[in-house]
Amino acid sequence: MSQTPNPPALRAEGIVKRFGQIEALSGVAMHVANGEMLGILGDNGAGKSTLLKILTGFHRPDAGQIYVRGEPVAFTSVDHARSFGIECVYQDLALVNGLSIFHNMFLNRELLRPGLLRLLDHKEMRRRAVEALAEIGVNIPSVDLEVGRLSGGQRQAIAVARAVASKARILLLDEPLAAMGAREAGLIIDLIERLKARGDIAIVMIAHNYAQTLELCDRVMLMQHGEVTYESAAKETSVAELLDIIRREYQAARRA
Amino acid sequence: MQDSKSLTSAGVAQPRRALVAVLRQLLMRPEGSIVLVALGLVVYFEATNANFLTNLNLQTLSQFVAAPVIIACGEIMLLICREIDLSVGQLYALAPFIMEFAAKAGLPVVAAMAVALLVCSLVGLTIGLITVYLHVPSFITTLGMLFLITGVTLTLSRGFPADTPGGPTLTAIMGQWGYAEFLWALAVVAVMHVVLRNTRWGLHTIATGGNIIAAAEAGINIDRIKIGNFMLTSTLGGFCGIVEAFRIGSTDPLAGGSNIMFLGVASGVIGGTAIAGGAGTIVGGLVGGIVLGVLQDGFTLQGINAFAFDIIIGAAILIAMITNIYMAGRRGMRPQ
Repeated sequence: MSQTPNPPALRAEGIVKRFGQIEALSGVAMHVANGEMLGILGDNGAGKSTLLKILTGFHRPDAGQIYVRGEPVAFTSVDHARSFGIECVYQDLALVNGLSIFHNMFLNRELLRPGLLRLLDHKEMRRRAVEALAEIGVNIPSVDLEVGRLSGGQRQAIAVARAVASKARILLLDEPLAAMGAREAGLIIDLIERLKARGDIAIVMIAHNYAQTLELCDRVMLMQHGEVTYESAAKETSVAELLDIIRREYQAARRA
Repeated sequence: MQDSKSLTSAGVAQPRRALVAVLRQLLMRPEGSIVLVALGLVVYFEATNANFLTNLNLQTLSQFVAAPVIIACGEIMLLICREIDLSVGQLYALAPFIMEFAAKAGLPVVAAMAVALLVCSLVGLTIGLITVYLHVPSFITTLGMLFLITGVTLTLSRGFPADTPGGPTLTAIMGQWGYAEFLWALAVVAVMHVVLRNTRWGLHTIATGGNIIAAAEAGINIDRIKIGNFMLTSTLGGFCGIVEAFRIGSTDPLAGGSNIMFLGVASGVIGGTAIAGGAGTIVGGLVGGIVLGVLQDGFTLQGINAFAFDIIIGAAILIAMITNIYMAGRRGMRPQ
């Protein structure tokens, strides 16, 4: 498949990850294309987060192969994965409350004024932050606001905007809608829809909420005890069917 | 809160509203409330004492303020990244002795000064390495260092004071002229203000103290930030001692100490630096130092005794801390 003219943006084959005696992932495969959004569902301990951390370069798999745009790669670090355009928005969002929105968006990628003093170019960072937020349609009164004063949804939007502004081609979202009210979630759902519509970004989302995931994603993958147990186009399945699969698997595991 | 319509139709109420708006703006800044306190104290002492705003008294005041402000500039950077240095006052005494020994060994005074500052920065490096890599809280690392350096200074000096070397011009520039020490303090404040607000180092210091996980995930080398700020604080402590040595002409092995360190930390905290990290201002440290100096000087002129003075300083720090935390809450800034 890596030889086809239009390879998926990100593909993983036979990923195995062990932590001591425990096999967290036993041969997981996934793929996602540009303009496509993949939802990964499953209970706690199913291996979703481990898979995510392998895709971001945080963990190294014990077996298996990752391909970015058809090229086989072996990530050595998060920064290495980033150099392939893979950006992850973690649940903790990695924002600094005491800093302004635009400083957070440029954290450790600050722009400097020309000259030997290497002073920060606040003006340019502010301008580009406004631009980046406007481009993906995030409405914030001022980029000078401290992040600590924003709501949960706004903070999530800033974290996503930061990932996109740093040239993300493959965006990994860890529970972006968790612990969020309907209105706040609506804000993020709109933002994700706009990113999808651009067609040049592949999105992978980890989630707990089946209904939201089916509505938002093009394709869903169900993970249980370290394996992918079901995969389907979102249109061709339903919450009821997914819950039924989980129940059957659970009963089978209990009988065994 | 006030839209454009009410502004144009306000008429008489407008100037008052504008004043309220300015005050509100000022109070929302971390160093804002303390600027008002400083102004109020100056007005009060000038009203009650004719000798307050005189050249002679301002010189005395500026000399009292300078040392805590220089120390504060280092401690503020450390407090912002959630560390503290209790031993900085000991380098204040050690540095002039090293300078004297180096000068006696034949080095030019300026080079001797550089050697003393280098030794101080190495002490800072040691504190940083122990704190960051051996995971000893800086409170403990620097508490140990406090005793250790005191002992080293006493041993080196055999208990005798050090004479400050140097010709008259250098001595005047470095601290003897009335306002020289205060000008050095202002220079340190200016440089450190730019470092904190306009360089990556300052921004990364705030990020490290505000959310250490986020800072690390963004790829910031948090160990380097912390170690660097320990070195900076130690070097400033030594510099402060050297400037004072030039002003006074000699240095006692027990000069500075925890007293100067606590005045420095108090200046920073009174000025609006969050003791829990993640926020702080260098200018606030300057204003905080001035407030402490004005209190000391003003009450001395009024003849209040030294025992009562400590009560006032203690109360001032407590009140400043309470406002500090309350205002931080109002600005929506809680450490993570």
